[in-house]
Amino acid sequence: MEEKLVKFGRQSVSTREYFAPGHRACVGCGEALAVRLALKALGENVVIATATGCIEIISSCLPQTSWRVPWIHTLFENTAAVTSGIEAGFKALQRKEELPSKRIYCVAMAGDGGTSDIGIQALSGALERGHDFLYLCYDNEAYMNTGIQRSSATPYGAFTTTAPPGKLSIGQITWKKNMVAIVAAHDIPYVATACPSYPFDLIDKVRKGAEIKGPAYVHILSPCPTGWRYSTEQTIEIGKLAVETGIFPLYEVEEGKYKMNVDRPELKPIREYLELQGRFRHLPDEEIEKIQQRVEKEYHKVKDKCGV
Amino acid sequence: MRRVALEGSFAAAEAARIADVDVIAAYPITPQTHIVERLAEMVADGELDAEYIDVESEHSALSCLLGASAVGARTFTATAGQGLELMHEVLYIASSMRLPIIMAVANRALSAPLSVWGDHSDAMAVRDSGWIQVFAENSQEVSDLILWAFRVGEDRKVLFPVMVHLDGFHISHVTEPVLLPDKEEVDRFLPPYCYPLPLDPDRPVTMGAYGPPEIYSEAKKAQEVALRESKEVILRGWEEFRDAFGRSYSPVELHPPQGAKTLLLTMGSFSETAQLAVDQKRRKGEDVGLLSIRLWRPFPFEELSGAARDAHTLIIFDRSISFGGPGGPVACEVKSALYSEQRRPKVVSFIGGLGGRDVSQKEFEQMIDRGVEIVEKGSLGMYETIGIRD
Repeated sequence: MEEKLVKFGRQSVSTREYFAPGHRACVGCGEALAVRLALKALGENVVIATATGCIEIISSCLPQTSWRVPWIHTLFENTAAVTSGIEAGFKALQRKEELPSKRIYCVAMAGDGGTSDIGIQALSGALERGHDFLYLCYDNEAYMNTGIQRSSATPYGAFTTTAPPGKLSIGQITWKKNMVAIVAAHDIPYVATACPSYPFDLIDKVRKGAEIKGPAYVHILSPCPTGWRYSTEQTIEIGKLAVETGIFPLYEVEEGKYKMNVDRPELKPIREYLELQGRFRHLPDEEIEKIQQRVEKEYHKVKDKCGV
Repeated sequence: MRRVALEGSFAAAEAARIADVDVIAAYPITPQTHIVERLAEMVADGELDAEYIDVESEHSALSCLLGASAVGARTFTATAGQGLELMHEVLYIASSMRLPIIMAVANRALSAPLSVWGDHSDAMAVRDSGWIQVFAENSQEVSDLILWAFRVGEDRKVLFPVMVHLDGFHISHVTEPVLLPDKEEVDRFLPPYCYPLPLDPDRPVTMGAYGPPEIYSEAKKAQEVALRESKEVILRGWEEFRDAFGRSYSPVELHPPQGAKTLLLTMGSFSETAQLAVDQKRRKGEDVGLLSIRLWRPFPFEELSGAARDAHTLIIFDRSISFGGPGGPVACEVKSALYSEQRRPKVVSFIGGLGGRDVSQKEFEQMIDRGVEIVEKGSLGMYETIGIRD
């Protein structure tokens, strides 16, 4: 297909689709949308390594594939390591003139479980070693591929099948692991958050992360109608509310410098975000108030780092 | 070709250097560490132009090499014991995705209790992982088999990863004279690695798609057929090696070549001690021989049954236990390989040499005597141990 660039204000986006339609994602999947946008940002000079999870399962049932760029899946927890090897392989082969010298983006993709739980060791190792690669975490806040089990990225109070609310529990009793802070603590050149509800921001950040030499990490909140229990046409709205309520601020950390990308004069009440989702339906008012306070506290921590 | 005194570990590193590997990813673990330390030195000194990745675990070591191999890089790593166990699920990916990674395994016992010393428990736990596997008897074999492994594993008709097992400490830490070929000689034997469908932006491929029930069985059958058929290239690789460097290898070895009434069977470095025991008995006029297995996977059924056919008694020595199972894993394999043969020897199974425990020449002689006695009495049990206190 011929590539065209469509202008939206100061930005342009390719009409070319590198993530082919016909994949098996649920209707309204925020993650599939994020993958599609990320691939548009990356173009064709790319090699992708994906962890086991929703994205791998919906895109690669033998003998079919949705990937129009080179793609590899091996295991669940080793995506950052596989990508390290891809980068090292290209580096060695290009240096030894066994391959022509050109920049090929090496990109790892994994879900929140593959990133903040089972894959965190391999990710930390790859970040510390300083490989030239981009890591995209598609965070849908639980193990959705296996059927909504809690991960360390599941937010406080949410229903999951392994941390269900009951007579003695409100569901998830821990606060979401701050993966962005953990990655930023590795002092890598670029860390950012993104959400497909803000497509140009997402495309910009993926491009920037790929272009920058050294490790880069973009944490993408990927609303999931199946696991979050909301109506499939609300994905974009939910993602927007996550940003507007401050529970998922959009910011970036470039060479250690924090920058807020969307900063509203006033945050919307967290209730507006929670009440659209069945996974929070059971929460009493006092729990919602507790979440409200936590969100504000965390949001201002980020703002303080940004100096705004 | 030059003759140098080398520790078995350094012989492994030298072979990887001469093969001009592109990417090494490794994690330290005794008794393998000397191999990758030496490689790291070579890279630091510019003797080897490779990317050396200091990973944070063995799981990541092998995972890195999946990626590197998939873009067309020649890859090498080494591990042992717990490290090999931590790699376990990655082993299956390498063989099933047909990525010809070459790995030296300095065989080590498995915890608990913790033991850094040698036996074959680590190797036996990965027996069915789909890798081509060979056991070396000495440092010369380590170096030769690693060079051969690149030649065979990377062959387009094969494309399987290869494990070269060397006994922890008994080979890895013993200095012996080794003949090392020059790079020019090796370049004639070993063609450049050319992976048929690498990850390449100019020719996008999907690797590692999942297999639904309609496809998985066929994929596994194809893998099994391909591994069995790799035997042809395995044998040709040894012929080419002989032509290039003058040393011959075969899937099994029989000493003396015509066989004997009573055969001792071993695998790995203990074969050399076992041979001393056999020679001692032969000097006394006993009709005893040694059968050693070098090719462990794909299993050399034909060669093994051919070599054992005329023996009356086959005494098998294992360096690991199949807990609650039929005894030594090697004995178990050999028994099933011989079961359908019309003429087959009586098989006696011994277990010893666990966690670095030495087995002396005298103990091998005792094993032979006891094996003959067991067969004469007709009291073939599951197995007996040697050199282990009750």
